[in-house]
Amino acid sequence: MVPWQPSASLPILRRRAQFLADIRAFFAERDVMEVDTPLMSSFGVTDLHLENFRTEDGRFLQTSPEYAMKRLLAAGSGDIYQLSHVFRKDETSKRHNAEFTLLEWYRLGWNDRALMDEVAQLCRQLAGRPDLKSESLSYVQAFSLANLPDPHTSSLALLQQVAAERLACETERWRRDDCLDGLMAVVVEPLLPPDQLTFVTLYPASQAALARQEAYGGVHLARRFELYWQGMELANGYWELTDAAEQRSRFEADNEQRRLLGRQAAAQDARLLAAMQAGLPDCAGVALGVDRLLMIIAGEKRISDVLPFDADRA
Amino acid sequence: MANYSTNEFRSGLKVLLEGDPCTIVENEFVKPGKGQAFNRVKLKNLITGRVWERTFKSGESIESADVMDTDMEYLYSDGEFWHFMKTDGSFEQLAADAKAVGDTKDWLKEQQAYEVCLFNGAPISVSPPNHIELEIVETDPGLKGDTATGGSKPATLTTGAVVKVPLFINQGEVVRIDTRTREYISRAKQ
Repeated sequence: MVPWQPSASLPILRRRAQFLADIRAFFAERDVMEVDTPLMSSFGVTDLHLENFRTEDGRFLQTSPEYAMKRLLAAGSGDIYQLSHVFRKDETSKRHNAEFTLLEWYRLGWNDRALMDEVAQLCRQLAGRPDLKSESLSYVQAFSLANLPDPHTSSLALLQQVAAERLACETERWRRDDCLDGLMAVVVEPLLPPDQLTFVTLYPASQAALARQEAYGGVHLARRFELYWQGMELANGYWELTDAAEQRSRFEADNEQRRLLGRQAAAQDARLLAAMQAGLPDCAGVALGVDRLLMIIAGEKRISDVLPFDADRA
Repeated sequence: MANYSTNEFRSGLKVLLEGDPCTIVENEFVKPGKGQAFNRVKLKNLITGRVWERTFKSGESIESADVMDTDMEYLYSDGEFWHFMKTDGSFEQLAADAKAVGDTKDWLKEQQAYEVCLFNGAPISVSPPNHIELEIVETDPGLKGDTATGGSKPATLTTGAVVKVPLFINQGEVVRIDTRTREYISRAKQ
């Protein structure tokens, strides 16, 4: 028999509907405008670790609505949010579905600190837990919590050695960020206190993506944050980079890395760069995994438990 | 030999790790949203039975292991090796050493079929059927008519293994044993 029934139970689907309504109410109350930008676009991402699905006519299904939303910001939209499906190739697990729901929003004139507070308020409100604790840890503090060496100043050789020991793997050919990502995902994440919101901040500059950078005691760090709750990564935010030239050079650096790994370079989103050239206002932005947040709040263990139909049944 | 990339990893896959054949028991995909993806893998070493945990960067690959479970009939032991014959009509014979036979030596019976795990064509483990019928070569005399008291006594089988049997069972009788629990099930049907 062809399996046709939903992955999630009907009570969970009703809860999901209420959850989406609550998110919209949260932003309506704060006067943040809902937008719905195209999910099929002429450009994809250059990110080393994100892969777009392509359409037959050469367009790209979006991995996040970020670039289009930034074009709206540059056009003077003011504060905006979007609740939309996004697509990421080769991501399947208990907590990954290739098509999933992202909540992304931008606040003009805010920095990452102010936005973290709002992310925490949203989580508390959606969970109905006004007293839910929130803590912020820098990336280096998170590493030291796990008795790992300084992620910013340690030599590559030391990071490879520690990763080989702690992850049981062969790391001679791993690059610096491979070691850091592996240690973060496998060693640090499970040690973060589960029953509180933990924001990890100040990422290595090499992992800044679209965040602005600052020097702290001679080390360049990114004004980027990640939110963890119940051992799960829930959100990724930036005090956004607004400098078009710097953005272009990061795209180029991504493509250089792609070439080194023997992969095809990705076209840079010329429309985003033009918008940034025209002027992206100072802002902070964050993307939050809606399905995962619902999993935590509803006490479900698999992402398929909160989706009408997971990728296997889609 | 073929290689498997991390996106082909799944439970039951037979791979080569540090030269030993392993079967993948569990495969978990982990990925920081903006970062490198990894596979956390639990593998069971088919020779030692030990379970290993390893991390692979997604996209890395691992060599496949030529491992095959084959039905084979037990023939005889020469004291050092135990000889088995394929039941696929090829009559091919292979010798398994003590490490491969392991505890299954307690259940070896001529002309009985066993599942032999072959690595590069050589036996690395031998699994008995769940139930096997073996003759008792030594036990205390049976208590006639005592089928109700539920007592038991040790009995030595033709293989040398000692199992517990009910008091009414006699030397020379053939009994049915569960090889997983080493427990007596019944008298063998004639």
